[in-house]
Amino acid sequence: MDQLAARSSMIHNMTPLSKLWIAVFYILVTVSFHKYDISGLFVMVLFPLLGYQLSYIPVLTCFHKLRVVMPLVCAVGLLNPFYDRQILLTVGTVGISAGVISMLTLMMKGVFCLMMSFLLVATTGITGICSALRQIRCPEVITTLLLLTYRYISLLLEEVSTMTTAYHLRAPGQKGIRMSAWGSFLGQLILRSMDRAQGLYESMMLRGFHGEFHSAAENKGPRAVSAAVSVICSICVLACRWYNIPALLNSLVMF
Amino acid sequence: MHMADALLSPGVAATMYAATAVTAGISISRLRKQEKLEVDPTAVKLPTMAVMSALVFAGQMINYTIPGTGSSGHLCGGMMLTALLGPYAGFLSMIVVLTIQCLFFADGGLMALGANVWNMAFYGCFVGYFLIYLPIMRSKLFSGRDAKAAGRLKIILASILGCVITLQLGAFSVVAETSLSGITELPFGTFCGIMLPIHLAIGLVEGLITAAVLLFVYETRPELLRDVNTAETDGKHWSAVGTLVMLAVVALVVGGGLSLKASSKPDGLEWSIFGNAEEGYSANMGLDEESYGVESQAAAAAQSIQEKTAFLPDYAFAGDEENPAGTSVSGIAGSAIVAIVAALICVIGGFFRKKHEGLPA
Repeated sequence: MDQLAARSSMIHNMTPLSKLWIAVFYILVTVSFHKYDISGLFVMVLFPLLGYQLSYIPVLTCFHKLRVVMPLVCAVGLLNPFYDRQILLTVGTVGISAGVISMLTLMMKGVFCLMMSFLLVATTGITGICSALRQIRCPEVITTLLLLTYRYISLLLEEVSTMTTAYHLRAPGQKGIRMSAWGSFLGQLILRSMDRAQGLYESMMLRGFHGEFHSAAENKGPRAVSAAVSVICSICVLACRWYNIPALLNSLVMF
Repeated sequence: MHMADALLSPGVAATMYAATAVTAGISISRLRKQEKLEVDPTAVKLPTMAVMSALVFAGQMINYTIPGTGSSGHLCGGMMLTALLGPYAGFLSMIVVLTIQCLFFADGGLMALGANVWNMAFYGCFVGYFLIYLPIMRSKLFSGRDAKAAGRLKIILASILGCVITLQLGAFSVVAETSLSGITELPFGTFCGIMLPIHLAIGLVEGLITAAVLLFVYETRPELLRDVNTAETDGKHWSAVGTLVMLAVVALVVGGGLSLKASSKPDGLEWSIFGNAEEGYSANMGLDEESYGVESQAAAAAQSIQEKTAFLPDYAFAGDEENPAGTSVSGIAGSAIVAIVAALICVIGGFFRKKHEGLPA
């Protein structure tokens, strides 16, 4: 993920704040579509797709990285067809019920929002997002904590793997960790990581850390361009919400 | 318990964000106050907070889908964080955990973050701490035994009780928020029937794990647990106002959800307003008549806020509401064009990407 964020492209060079705004605005608008408005919603796929292409990140990366979560998101409306059986349209002799349509709409909404948030993170990275959060006056405690936690996760995982290796070496042929050992295992993990974190933190203090990370001046594209792009994107997103573009295109084709 | 973006309407999401932001603001100001009063400033606490967040984060990675609800079941960790860090720092840590999960693991939506923080952190950190954990720790329970044993028993009791109750409240909020958003077709009762029992089981498991961890910490480094056996020495008085506020918020949420149930059927609302007292409706709901009225008002207020904050009204195509097929079917050919454009974008983008990657860095 960090490797993706470290690349360079048109989207990577935009200021984090404008990217954050576009992502949040897009998600808000996407979610606000009516549950039967499947064709209007479909247009929204173009925004993330365009974003992925402009940032040189293959769309499949997103689906590959999020393959665990995607089914969860798609499971949202799984029961809708059973509760909403009103027939909306018939294709040949097969009637399609409102529940099926609303299920599909929900799934699309979920997937689109995921694609957009993934794009945001993949092109901005945690430091970028934190700097954007600082710009919108998000308290320092939260952003510092965010950055520290993000770093400590790998520390913790390292500690976990050391401990599980130690456990398995002492308990050969045993699958997993026995229930009775969970408390001391987790407790030990907490104490060990706390000690390590404390050590790390003290060394940070010795190097002049006083509760805030100062990121080096970002060598990113001009702010005005980013702002303009975010405004244009917002207008396009709104236009897609207000006008049912597939319907308009349809009427163009039909006449 | 993480909710996806698609589960919430913008209005509900914004309301939950606002509620979470206010709570976070209060937590930060309380922490700052502590910083001035005690020798335990936020700066020293930060690494502990970060480690605990990372730990809870790892614990939450193990989750599974609850079919049909779009939500997941997993450990929450709110009680553990609160017991070790205190409610305010615990709440902030939970915010951080959920933000990282949302951003980097797509667990829970960006827009639903406010609601997720509320469901998982607020109840665990504040309700669980002030109404369950602290009272049990300060009580004279098990005072017949020696101090150490009493402390142990209190920790076990508080962890299990706290986890079960706060997870139930959280699960109920998930149901209430989803239903208020009017997204899923799942009836309110069925939804509750799926979510609550599952989270009862999860709550029990979480309670046991929390108890085990806290006991271990209690045995090895009791100074990390701030509230055990402090009843006599601690000068802090536990405020009645705080309790009342907490109870009011819980009642509001639960009441909002319950009155929603009444209004989920077209004629249910009238039935609940008129002539329900004699039929013992309010007794069924476990609320007396007066407070029931209050809860309905609260729900109505929430609804009106929702209408005001609803960024884009749900029914932008007024005429289509009678014939929903209008919107969905209109423009099959148009949708096909959009699909072609999408495919084109991908092909062209792929072409340029290859070219870009071919270039020397």
